[in-house]
Amino acid sequence: MSDRQTIFDTVAAQIEPFNKKGVDLTDATTFQGDLEWDSLTVMDFVAAIEDEFDIVITMNMQAEIETIGQLVDAVAKLKDD
Amino acid sequence: MTETGLQAETLPPLAATVAPERDLMSKFDGLIAERQALMDSGVIDPFAIVMEEVRSPTEAVIKGRETILLGTYNYMGMTFDPDVIAAGKAALDRFGSGTNGSRMLNGTFRDHMEAEAALRDFYGTTGAIVFSTGYMANLGMISTLVGKGEYVILDADSHASIYDGCKQGVAEIVRFRHNSVEDLDRRLGRLPKDAGKLVVLEGVYSMLGDVAPLKEMVAVAKKHGAMVLSDEAHSMGFYGPNGRGVYEAQGLEGDVDFVVGTFSKSVGTVGGFCVSNHPKFEAIRLACRPYIFTASLPPSVVATAAASIRKLMTAHEKRARLWDNARTLHAGLKALGFKLGTETCDSAIVAVILEDQEQAVAIWQTLLENGLYVNVARPPATPAGTFLLRCSICAEHSPAQIQAVLDKFAAAGRATGTID
Repeated sequence: MSDRQTIFDTVAAQIEPFNKKGVDLTDATTFQGDLEWDSLTVMDFVAAIEDEFDIVITMNMQAEIETIGQLVDAVAKLKDD
Repeated sequence: MTETGLQAETLPPLAATVAPERDLMSKFDGLIAERQALMDSGVIDPFAIVMEEVRSPTEAVIKGRETILLGTYNYMGMTFDPDVIAAGKAALDRFGSGTNGSRMLNGTFRDHMEAEAALRDFYGTTGAIVFSTGYMANLGMISTLVGKGEYVILDADSHASIYDGCKQGVAEIVRFRHNSVEDLDRRLGRLPKDAGKLVVLEGVYSMLGDVAPLKEMVAVAKKHGAMVLSDEAHSMGFYGPNGRGVYEAQGLEGDVDFVVGTFSKSVGTVGGFCVSNHPKFEAIRLACRPYIFTASLPPSVVATAAASIRKLMTAHEKRARLWDNARTLHAGLKALGFKLGTETCDSAIVAVILEDQEQAVAIWQTLLENGLYVNVARPPATPAGTFLLRCSICAEHSPAQIQAVLDKFAAAGRATGTID
């Protein structure tokens, strides 16, 4: 299993508790449109991802992340730094 | 046909003037509809209150009715202090109604200097800079202090002015869970060691009235080499031996690098400021856009601020009365069965937590119709999506007024089914 797939699976597992509508999770799934998360849910979720991977996703970066795929790529990049 | 010729007798409907897809105002349709739905339910608009007369720091006339004010941040009741009013009138007579200019150019008058001198004396600092509002003090300090490649680390429940200061600047922004020392420590630990960092905290958080564990947080910030800014807007005048704020009460005078505050709460007028002992602090005046590119406060405003701040230095009796009132109200509301924002009375804000918007507005309206004004607050201003009625207490509330407040809350709470 590739590194990216591992990250995707971990991210997907973190999304589940907040996935109230049981939306299918793919790279293209959007947090706001598909998952219908409000800003408070996003904040809790980002904090959980940061702790899971021991990284910091700045608010500047968060503003650019709309889909699960973009988040997975950002995590992969941050882990390498 | 009218004399002006070939024009329509009636104006075309608004919708036809701009195509919806090009109308920038279309983005507010959701907000307009939500507000309309609330209004259609027959309630008073909580965001359109007019004080027709103001009788004292604790009494006004709203919709023709005598009303007790319990939502004004007028903690120390300085707005009608005779010395404060006299100072304002004298400045108005002597210096006119306005400055017509920036602090940096023609907008610094005698009383701007006097207000800054009063702040230095009040806080015991070497530096003080007055801004035109508290909002602009945070906007200016945060956006100017922290540059590209540097970090602002802020509490998730920070005031909008702190968030907007981050947006206005070019720094990297990192948020930690509200009042969590551990979360702050972890996030600071993940940032580059050599990068400049500013940790932004508030002494009292204004929505729930809870206090920050500043001592532990400042220790963590120092451990990671970060500077600290504390916003003490909701603690000035009654926290700490000299009323300087929560940071003074927790013994952090040598450790907090910048303290931001406002004239619109305990001081009783309008304006904002930052005080600091940093030897290069004055450089902020040369670089800070929200300081430079706006008009300075009118002379009467800074004169009232200076007079009020000097009186607050020795307002020990008022401080004691404010705390007495706050504790009585907190204990009374708790005994009635209301769910409050804090377990104990931690500040001069007591927040009543309600189920939803309908319940919040219903009890708020019942209180208002019975002659009591409190703030209603809703997301996104509130933490964790809560609906609140926020009471802010004044030193000038009499024991009889506090009792009347409790009676009104009991009646409104029962009438709306909020309490048994």
